[in-house]
Amino acid sequence: MLYRENGQFKATYRADQQIFPIRQDRIALIALLLIAFVLVPLSAPEYLFRAILIPFLILSLAALGLNILVGYCGQISLGTGAFMAVGAYAAYNFQVRIEGMPLIASLLLGGACSTVVGVLFGIPSLRIKGLYLAVATLAAQFFVDWAALRLKWVTNGSDSGSVSVAGLQVFGFSLQSPAAKYLFCLAIVALFALLAKNLVRSAIGREWMAMRDMDVAAAVIGIRPVYAKLTAFAVSAFIVGVAGALWGFIHLGAWEPAAFNIDRSFQLLFMVIIGGLGSIMGAFLGAAFIVLLPILLDQIPLWFGIPISTATASHLTSMIFGALIVFFLIVEPHGLARLWSTAKEKLRLWPFPH
Amino acid sequence: MGFFLETLIGGLMAGMLYSLIALGFVLIYKASGVFNFAQGAMVLFAALAMARFAEWIPQWTGIESKLLANVAAFVLAMAVMIVVAWAIEKLALSKLVNQEGITLLMATLGITYFLDGLGQTLFGNDIYKIDVGMPKDPVIVAESLFQGGILVSKEDLYAALIAAALVILLALFFQKTATGRALRAVADDHQAAQSIGIPLSTIWIIVWSVAGFVALVAGIIWGSKLGVQFSLSLVALKALPVVILGGLTSVPGAIIGGLIIGVGEKLSEIYIGPMLGGGIEIWFAYVLALLFLLVRPQGLFGEKIIDRV
Repeated sequence: MLYRENGQFKATYRADQQIFPIRQDRIALIALLLIAFVLVPLSAPEYLFRAILIPFLILSLAALGLNILVGYCGQISLGTGAFMAVGAYAAYNFQVRIEGMPLIASLLLGGACSTVVGVLFGIPSLRIKGLYLAVATLAAQFFVDWAALRLKWVTNGSDSGSVSVAGLQVFGFSLQSPAAKYLFCLAIVALFALLAKNLVRSAIGREWMAMRDMDVAAAVIGIRPVYAKLTAFAVSAFIVGVAGALWGFIHLGAWEPAAFNIDRSFQLLFMVIIGGLGSIMGAFLGAAFIVLLPILLDQIPLWFGIPISTATASHLTSMIFGALIVFFLIVEPHGLARLWSTAKEKLRLWPFPH
Repeated sequence: MGFFLETLIGGLMAGMLYSLIALGFVLIYKASGVFNFAQGAMVLFAALAMARFAEWIPQWTGIESKLLANVAAFVLAMAVMIVVAWAIEKLALSKLVNQEGITLLMATLGITYFLDGLGQTLFGNDIYKIDVGMPKDPVIVAESLFQGGILVSKEDLYAALIAAALVILLALFFQKTATGRALRAVADDHQAAQSIGIPLSTIWIIVWSVAGFVALVAGIIWGSKLGVQFSLSLVALKALPVVILGGLTSVPGAIIGGLIIGVGEKLSEIYIGPMLGGGIEIWFAYVLALLFLLVRPQGLFGEKIIDRV
């Protein structure tokens, strides 16, 4: 009843092509942003920021980046953790080696370095695809893992590859309190989500999707595979790199190469699959799901008074992840985002089924 | 020279073991068109089952003989792997028939996580020993040719022999039997195979059981070398570049790829490693495979797939 678009007429192409053509969506989004920017920082307890909100935001950003590559361009990547690591370590180097480097600049430069590495490892995608490519991206993962551990100049001379940053500030505001960190991440994520949404709506986004759906046909209608694939790798790696830098700088503060190991890559891929391949919203839903599930699995046995060891809990988590991935691939290959849009379709017609 | 040869032989032996795991990948890909990322998890699962059954069977039945306990554990573990194969087919693959390769790959990723969790829940997550009586002591050969001779681990030698035997057996199975032909038909095209009356579900159960068998053998060999623990499933990640190098559809490719990677890894670690800061074993294989792909995307022996519009 509330979600119905009768009477919302579009008289111009501009109005017809806006991001959220339905008024209720716009209102809901504004309300959501208001809550996220105003209400949450005022009211949430510190635990919520540290354990849930900040990881959720940063991982959504990384999933967003990965979704551009996997969901929109169809190039499967198992090396996302590597691109995050490149972003984090590059940003760290800019921050440490250059006096007075602004935080945002080093984050963006970290992303830029990640882009370069991403394109480099994306080059094989021009000749190989699908399964072979997935393995090729693992090369990036292992190489970067090793580089962070062994190459001294990557970690600025630290022995075990562990580095830390302190005294972060943006435009003179100190990023010490969890609420400030949260707001900083939220602003960046909101900005990138808007950018990504517009990118996938634009010509380049359609080229990616054409490439994904059938590369030969796309090439026939004049889409350059080299350009489409490499831009997807570049944009994806940039976003993932910024997310990696945020993960290191804001969430962890001090980190070592293991923070970006192959498990992180798989985790992000799962977010994209469960959230929804080829959907901006899916990145957020997937990230929320994967951040919350282990926490819930830790808590639920406690509510019922069944003690459960951490090892068992982590095995259970991995079993549930595995089962859910197969489940989603079978039942709803487009993930949670698709369920959400189905619900919206139903709401439009409610109470009638057709 | 003696040292070089020793490294070379060590590399060949390690490579043979990589081939063994790579063989699991190739078998499933060849016979069902699924790139089975779960092969590593299956190796871990099989090895865990084997290790634990070998420990439990004497407790349950009071069997004293070690050989008997090991054989019983092997049979039980194989039975478990067949059940796993059956469950994977029924619960996951049969519902994903005719889907794209990427979807199937991601499904096997899910299976990987599920099996890792399940195996460790059922069988525990400590380090377990598999003791099938493989000789541990190394032998020194060719003492007359080089000073000090060449040190060869007997265990590796046996492992290589077992792997070679397995490969020959499987190659015969694929080339000479009717089932083998049916398996290859399914790999080429699910739909076409179904339409000429090949029962897809039976074929898949067979091929996953065979892969389970290979995983079990690989798990026992690796497990008796390194002990059974979670890191065993990571050995499979070593086998991926092998598959890529050799070609996804080629059994000889898996073997030669394994040998190349094994030797390349050991030699590079010793001769190039110190220049780069050591530990390059973890990525050398991948970068080698990657560079190779740029030149020959289908791998050494892979079938060339030509896109036509």
